Amino acid sequence: MRLNSRRDKDVLIVELCGELDHHHADEARERLDEMLEDTSIKHMIFDLSKLQFMDSSGIGVFLGRYKTIARRSGQACLAAINPQLDRILNISGLYKILKVYDSVGQAIKGIREVQ
Amino acid sequence: MELRNEMRLEFLSKSQNESFARAAVAAFAAQLDPTLEEIADIKTAVSEAVTNAIIHGYESPDKYVQVITKIYDGTVVIEVIDHGKGIEDVELARQPLYTTKPELERSGMGFTVMETFMDEVEVTSAPGQGTRVRMVKHIRSNSGETGNG
Repeated sequence: MRLNSRRDKDVLIVELCGELDHHHADEARERLDEMLEDTSIKHMIFDLSKLQFMDSSGIGVFLGRYKTIARRSGQACLAAINPQLDRILNISGLYKILKVYDSVGQAIKGIREVQ
Repeated sequence: MELRNEMRLEFLSKSQNESFARAAVAAFAAQLDPTLEEIADIKTAVSEAVTNAIIHGYESPDKYVQVITKIYDGTVVIEVIDHGKGIEDVELARQPLYTTKPELERSGMGFTVMETFMDEVEVTSAPGQGTRVRMVKHIRSNSGETGNG
């Protein structure tokens, strides 16, 4: 699993590449929390366009980071979800708390519109 | 149902083996000509069951998890077996959001995922003896010579 991150002002954009299972969840969680130590980050976008597989271990990873962002009164979003991910995210209930966009560009636009 | 093929895998209860297990079962099931969605369902369900065996069944990486996959006409049957600590209350463990490991950010959705993505899920467990999860998936894309519909 590889994580690529970039910033757009106070938005952290993280591209998750590969497979997010229990084995990779610990490392992903640790790396994401390190990134979020930067308190100038207010919002977060998970770019899932290169995430090929996810099981329920990923739910906790997204939920945990959502809580951090929510404490900063920011928005956490998911972008570019493929059909396999859509099925598991749907039953997880995450769609009730995380906004979903077709692309990172739309997610940034969505965040800016709410601000 | 006539057994067409069978394979057995046994591997150490290390988390690195989760991806190996789901990829191996998916590759074996490919002979039924499943759709990409059916393959994704099988991989996800196997990943959940094997993860449960590793983190709940054993809690240590030096034991063995067994995965038996059987192919029938248009159907794949997968059993994930551990000889670990077992589940006290299977009904409770199968409830959505139930987890004994919230500190690890486990969502408690493993059994719900298996039930959603597979056609049948049967859990047999006894404290101190281990757990067997038997999952059945009917492969609808298979035109099947016999017995498929």
